[in-house]
Amino acid sequence: MAYSRSVDFSKPLPSFTGDRSIQFREALREAMSEEMRRDDRVFLMGEEVAYYQGAYKISQGMLDKFGPQRIIDSPISENGFAGLAVGASMYGLRPIIEFMSWSFSLVAADQILNNVPKMLYMSGGQWGCPVVFRGNDGAGGQLGSTHSWCVEGLYSNVPGMKIAIPSNPYDAKGLLKTAIVDDDPVFFLESERMLSDKAHVPQEEYYIPFGKAHLRREGSDCTLVSFGRPVNFCLDAAQELEKEGVSVDVLDMRTIKPLDTESIVRSLKKTGRIVVVDQCWPFASVASEVITQVCERAFDYLDHQPLRVNSDDVPAPYAKNLEAEFLPHKGKIIRAVKSSLQLL
Amino acid sequence: MSSASSPALSTGTMQNANPPATTPDLYSITASKVHLGPEGFTGVGRRTAGSQRPSAAVSNATLIRWLKDMVAIREFENRCAQAYQQAKIGGFCHLYIGQEALAVGTINCLEKDDPIVTAYRDHGHALARGMSMRACMAEMFGKITGCAKGKGGSMHMFDKPNWNFGGHGIVGAQTPLGAGLAFAAKYEHDVMKRGVDGGAAKKKVALSYLGDGALNQGALHEAMNLAGLMNLPVIFIVENNRYSMGTAIERGTTMAHDLTAKARAYGIEGLQIDGMDILNIYDLFKPLVDRCRETSRPAFVDLLTYRYQGHSMSDPQKYRRKDEVDAVKTTDSIELLARHLMGERKCMSEADFDAIVAEAKAAAVDAVEFAEASPAPEPESELWSDVYANPQPGLSPQREYTAGAKNPLL
Repeated sequence: MAYSRSVDFSKPLPSFTGDRSIQFREALREAMSEEMRRDDRVFLMGEEVAYYQGAYKISQGMLDKFGPQRIIDSPISENGFAGLAVGASMYGLRPIIEFMSWSFSLVAADQILNNVPKMLYMSGGQWGCPVVFRGNDGAGGQLGSTHSWCVEGLYSNVPGMKIAIPSNPYDAKGLLKTAIVDDDPVFFLESERMLSDKAHVPQEEYYIPFGKAHLRREGSDCTLVSFGRPVNFCLDAAQELEKEGVSVDVLDMRTIKPLDTESIVRSLKKTGRIVVVDQCWPFASVASEVITQVCERAFDYLDHQPLRVNSDDVPAPYAKNLEAEFLPHKGKIIRAVKSSLQLL
Repeated sequence: MSSASSPALSTGTMQNANPPATTPDLYSITASKVHLGPEGFTGVGRRTAGSQRPSAAVSNATLIRWLKDMVAIREFENRCAQAYQQAKIGGFCHLYIGQEALAVGTINCLEKDDPIVTAYRDHGHALARGMSMRACMAEMFGKITGCAKGKGGSMHMFDKPNWNFGGHGIVGAQTPLGAGLAFAAKYEHDVMKRGVDGGAAKKKVALSYLGDGALNQGALHEAMNLAGLMNLPVIFIVENNRYSMGTAIERGTTMAHDLTAKARAYGIEGLQIDGMDILNIYDLFKPLVDRCRETSRPAFVDLLTYRYQGHSMSDPQKYRRKDEVDAVKTTDSIELLARHLMGERKCMSEADFDAIVAEAKAAAVDAVEFAEASPAPEPESELWSDVYANPQPGLSPQREYTAGAKNPLL
């Protein structure tokens, strides 16, 4: 089995634009609710998901709809309930586990890194863990060093799980639905800063396939590759660069495991230049991996060495101005693109 | 001990008003103070004799089967030790010799489809739950015919058809899994009202084994809290062999004289059981399993046992004296049961017992021969399979993942 039930991924996706504008958090809620209605093995567990209505209001109203046996408040006990999900998923259920923040997943590292992605292998193919872990990733609003983790750099080093990282409400819903039906464990990275973002989410049901990047903007001078919240920084940068006569491709990777290197190489063959924008720290980051793969597979197409824009290589600061400067913001992206075009 | 004067039975719930003055005394090997003697851990975790004992209703044939299972584990482990010394088994190897009654006794209180999960000293549970010696030994040898196709090793004996959710290597990490198994069993019964496999919903009990070394891992305490809060039918079984590697329990654990205190903190029933006598295990553990199944409440059991060998094959055992080991061997679980069957039950002769041992030895030798003759996993098909249930392009920069050979147990 590959999915908990058959999903036709060859079906074209519905239009990305339209006028059914809902918040990112509502898109997540719709995805979970639809899948819970379809499959009674799916349940949601996490801190404050039920009676509090979700620490970030993502699961608002779900307790009323599905009851306390399927929308389950957990104590602040990440290692415990992550491990509970491992056992429950091996048994045959399909848990969705909400980490209020991925920063807190670090105390559950043994379960989510040692057990979840390795179980299928260690058991010689007898049991996997079809569980979705989801929550806020990356800097929130001045949350300081311990609460601002971008875990994708750290976690993507480990084989055995998939990692999805949406940048907008449409993708949030379509990717989360795919994550829930996928038979592999999926780490689903949201961002507190995007939960109130509003955009079109189609009425009709859709599942976004993993490993297929979305070309959000077309250009010819440089390829911008990103995932999650910084895709939006890239789009802002692209708009400004346009005014200066520089046009860029903006590729939203949607998932970093699997990674759609084909789409990156295709764009690079057109532009000859690439800047990877990643909210993690630079050392051994996803950006490093993307650039390595580009060098391995398309070195001859590069007209300039690949560049990366990461968060600054320091703990996340508290002060508003410092945090703003720390992030891979628009200004850094514009400078990197210009640098690759030797315009600086 | 106050329990000795209890009218009908000592449930071992440790409502002992007079705990020992100093903790170490309880586990001391000084002869004048020990609870160890020819009768086992006397007065501790024992049900008093009598016709009301649940084990009195267990048939001779069943008891002989239990004996066979215990002897099989011991002979299997003897062969493992030998193969390890011959460098045919790699990695770590933790033997179960001395603890056989525990796995066999507790597992035989279950239904066949009750889930279990255990730690890394897991060969005994695997065999007691029905894994063939061949599949278990082949895994030790890292062969494709092993239960995990040679990808798991000694610490990872998984057996899906027998509801054995594996041996787990990180101390204590399996305990939340035990809570999760109980959660799932309860969920399918209460919410789905059918089994996840499409069968009928049943009330189940999950067993989550741990060593006494896991008592101080946060994972256990989180698991017990969740189980207590959520009314999960899971029994945490401390296989208390008194040492976490070389650290005696009272050197690493508070309240070592009364581990059930840990359970009380989470509102969980706690029980202490002498685990060298399989009849005693059944007498106390079977009613507990029945209660747990009926009430959907968790429990915690301090099962007193002992490993005769070192922690692993590389343990020189400087931390304990030989006379301590010898003292425990006088209560050897296999001998106790054999004596019972030959004496009180009069259903087995010396010759019968010798035949059981010979049969187990032969089966263990056969398992070694099978493992040796089995092929190693083929790197081309096995190194890159079973990583993803749903492999897709782009998951690794090196190559694509594949589907490997079917697991021999499935």
